[in-house]
Amino acid sequence: MDRSLNLLDEALGLDNGDSNPSETRLLLLIEDCVETSAYFVLHHLIKRSLSPHSSALVVFVAFAQPFSHYDRILRKMGCNLVVQRDNKRFLFLDMLTLECPGEPQMEMVKKLAKVDFLICMEKSRKLWRLEPGASLVMIDDISLMEVAANGSSNHVLDFLHYCQTLTTEFGCSLVFLNHKDIYSSMERPTLILQMEYLAEVIIRAEPLATGLAADVHGQLTVMNKGICDGPRTLQTKMCNFHFRIKENCVEYFYPGSRT
Amino acid sequence: MAESICRALRDGALEGEHAPALTIKDSIASPSGPIVFNHVLVQLSSNILALKSQSQGIVLVALSRSPSFYVDLLKSRGIDVDSLHKWLRVLDCYTDPLGWKDRLVECGSITNPSPEASNKVRLCKDVRNLDNLSSSIIEMGKELVGQGKGRFSVAIDSATDMLRHASISSVAALLSSLRSHAQVSCAFWLLHSDLHEVRVTSVLEYLSSMLANVEPMTQSTNGQRGNSENFSLLEQNSKRGKFNVRMKRRNGRVRLMFEEFCIEQSGIKFTPVSSDGGIVTQSLVPKVQFNLQLSEKERIERAKVVLPFEHQGNGKSIEIYDGRRYLTENKTETISNFDEKLQTNEDPGRGEIIYFRDSDDERPDSDEDPDDDLDI
Repeated sequence: MDRSLNLLDEALGLDNGDSNPSETRLLLLIEDCVETSAYFVLHHLIKRSLSPHSSALVVFVAFAQPFSHYDRILRKMGCNLVVQRDNKRFLFLDMLTLECPGEPQMEMVKKLAKVDFLICMEKSRKLWRLEPGASLVMIDDISLMEVAANGSSNHVLDFLHYCQTLTTEFGCSLVFLNHKDIYSSMERPTLILQMEYLAEVIIRAEPLATGLAADVHGQLTVMNKGICDGPRTLQTKMCNFHFRIKENCVEYFYPGSRT
Repeated sequence: MAESICRALRDGALEGEHAPALTIKDSIASPSGPIVFNHVLVQLSSNILALKSQSQGIVLVALSRSPSFYVDLLKSRGIDVDSLHKWLRVLDCYTDPLGWKDRLVECGSITNPSPEASNKVRLCKDVRNLDNLSSSIIEMGKELVGQGKGRFSVAIDSATDMLRHASISSVAALLSSLRSHAQVSCAFWLLHSDLHEVRVTSVLEYLSSMLANVEPMTQSTNGQRGNSENFSLLEQNSKRGKFNVRMKRRNGRVRLMFEEFCIEQSGIKFTPVSSDGGIVTQSLVPKVQFNLQLSEKERIERAKVVLPFEHQGNGKSIEIYDGRRYLTENKTETISNFDEKLQTNEDPGRGEIIYFRDSDDERPDSDEDPDDDLDI
């Protein structure tokens, strides 16, 4: 594996997939902003989960982009989503075009409650039983889900809570993306605060304080509150590093470690 | 004082009084509330097991963590898990709080959605119905201690989650009915204060006889949350913090106590506040090349200095030196006198202020009115 990729994996507490997968269970919140998008972290995690070494399943709940968008990017990174979808390892739920049979006018809230659990739990149940801890549920992204749920952050939180119960029931990981700056002017940004309380690991993507540089595209701050549901009190680990997005990979490095 | 909180919960309700209640409050700047909650829960459990407490069992309402998490927690703290069914009941509001999974079972989409409910865990499928929740808590408590005079404690791991599903008035009604129940020994709950209006947090604070407030060591100055500029600040706040406790006594007296805590691998440690926040004040003084503060030695020496006139009136003849060398005195004698004095000054035991007038032309102070030549 590319050595430079390890900085993010290390911060997340992931390794090369040799160890017990249930120890790499994540409850991960990714926060980005308009200037610095963190989609590349999602792509990285998809690619990691679908790599030939692992047998993980990815359930992707998409509000932001169509399937072809992700397919195009992941193909450049050397991962064919169409093949993975046909192999039933990549479940793509395009929430905006999704229609439930017989109930085309169903509200998004009901759709969320029904569709997610119908598909996530039934279709992947057998697989999850076989591969505990290796699966991944991804939501892209929360702010658009809030829009789809008619602005009701309570429904979004209910949905997230049910996703969280999946992580304890099946030992899978949950990754959700949100845009932090949307909430920056609110006096009490309940939704983003709730998500920060919920998450075990928070990744923040921000521009450099000094503005954008030619060879540094931004910085990531990873706050790891400890392994999800660990019985012992675990210390929070934090790290901060820069990244540079290249054509088909991303470089991570500590500030000042490159000339 | 974490210890005195645990003691108050252990001692339980006084005769003819409502049960003591504790609100644990934190915010995103110092999100260690759950760790404090777990600490209090473990302390109370070990008190119950040692038969030191008034209550004989705990009913835990689990909203934000799964019941298995709490069993693992108690196990990891060396509490005998085999006897759990005798003193612990968990009301599981975590697994299926809104009944979604239940509905899917009815539709036949999934089978066996939730883990087996054992005799110590009961599943709650509608947390919005607080009347049901309340009667479940009481029922489970009675299962533990029987109908008689035995008492039990109630722990709610997230009042915040409860407030998300129900209005403040119904949550307050639930909590106060629990406090006033004859068989409840004590109750405590966790609240994330920044998710609620001030009104809501103060309602819960009124309902509780104790408040434990988890606060960050240092507030970020620019008020911008989570900016990476504050990276080290964030890191510090995730490990350490201030622990402020407010206890209300029966007669209305309020006691405020302050402690600090730090989170270690083995758990949370509480320490008394370091003397007048020495670390903080020191770090506030800017780093400059000269001294802004006295060293310890300098401070002692300053204390020894005899101020002018301070020595007078204790038997010695009173002299008021106006700075002039009097002509009547022998000049040389005076000078040698001063030399002697200067030499004695090297004795570090005593300080003295030496003052020479600039010149003899200066008039000594007198009673004459300096303005009497003015013609107004």
